[in-house]
Amino acid sequence: MGIAAKKIGQQTYFFHQPPVIVSTAAIVGPKEGQGPLGHTFDKVVEDPYYKEKSWEKAEQRMLEEAMQKALQKANLAPQNVDFLLAGDLLNQIIAADFTARVLGIPFLGLYGACATMYEGMALAAMLIDGGFAEYVLLGASSHFSTAERQYRYPTEQGVQRPMSAQWTVTGAGAMLLARRGAGPVVTHATVGRVVDLGSADPNDMGAAMAPAAADTIVRHLEDTGRVPGDYDLFLSGDLGAYGLVLAGKLVEQKGYHIAGHFNDCGLLIYHHRRQDTHAGGSGCACSAVVTCGYLMQELAAGRLRRVLGIGTGALFSKCSSLQGETIPGIAHAVAIEAR
Amino acid sequence: MIFLKAFLVGGLLCVVAQLLMDLTSYRVTPAHILVGFVAGGAVLSALGLYQPLVNFAGAGATVPLTGFGHLLAQGAIDGVKHKGLLGAFTGGVAAAAAGITAAVVFGYLAALFFRPKG
Repeated sequence: MGIAAKKIGQQTYFFHQPPVIVSTAAIVGPKEGQGPLGHTFDKVVEDPYYKEKSWEKAEQRMLEEAMQKALQKANLAPQNVDFLLAGDLLNQIIAADFTARVLGIPFLGLYGACATMYEGMALAAMLIDGGFAEYVLLGASSHFSTAERQYRYPTEQGVQRPMSAQWTVTGAGAMLLARRGAGPVVTHATVGRVVDLGSADPNDMGAAMAPAAADTIVRHLEDTGRVPGDYDLFLSGDLGAYGLVLAGKLVEQKGYHIAGHFNDCGLLIYHHRRQDTHAGGSGCACSAVVTCGYLMQELAAGRLRRVLGIGTGALFSKCSSLQGETIPGIAHAVAIEAR
Repeated sequence: MIFLKAFLVGGLLCVVAQLLMDLTSYRVTPAHILVGFVAGGAVLSALGLYQPLVNFAGAGATVPLTGFGHLLAQGAIDGVKHKGLLGAFTGGVAAAAAGITAAVVFGYLAALFFRPKG
């Protein structure tokens, strides 16, 4: 009947020696480069194929390059890193697998759908604060054209997208977490439960993920005893225009008012009307590149001091939705503070 | 005049499909609508209701998916006339052979010379 020393409440973990985000890197495709956050990324790749033979290879190359960039910024070689945590949306997470093949860092593959980056941050912080690692490299990637054929229809088929559909972000984000160093720190992680209120439309993932996001936000506040005002920003991964409103209402129903400082990576990354992205951005790379680019720069500039990032994921496959299964959602929250 | 009629009839068939996509539940997928249009065209054709539309609007009625269903049904009916019951199985695809082969050949050529932009 031991009580875990670093656990508070039901689902939240508190890091006694908060791991430091010593470097990040974000690489995106052309559409993301033309969006309002275009200037926050390390590199904008104009060719969706990135000079490779397939979109899958292009996605893997972006992830590998983002990882290399994050290592370079910290002046580290792959052999200095204890763990690589990565995932993506391809079958058997091949973008992450093949990146691990090149880097040669001990690898733990992750699948958390679009919440993968935040799942990775939570686990990396635990590995470091637990005393198992000095450095952990983590990242996630997605690509519009690989995700469409993975989850819906191949883009070549030209199927119409309803207004509730989101646009999968093409890109990759990588982050290096360390026991010591300079940079923002990860103070808490709240690992989410899988929540399913019965939404089943693969073209409306915001509605499927909103209940999970709200559940994790409320759980985090209750576990930590914090109030919404303790955070400058609640930043969800890819709830989109409709999911953000739904999640905000669900949190409100539990008595927490976060509406004034609740935003979504999927809403920040595109000019929605001009870029025809409908409900907003989505995909592993959505929260990954906005966290590794925009969010880190806002923290560094002092415009944000304390942020709760909430990675959101829709847990389904093309097969499960064609067989009539509903879409469960997941959300992991990580508290990040400027130091 | 035939151009206007083709435009109006073909356009109206597409409007029906677009409304089905926009106004029905997400459970009605584009594939359901595609198959529904082919099957609907075949049924209308078998009942003798589609040929008058073809006479009126030409390509406006033959080019949309319902026209493919019409071709299959008429082919099956012709097949039965010439080959007996076996013709019901061979006639439809035989009548639609030009369209099917064209789809394969031009699809192959497009794949050979072009790359999807994504």
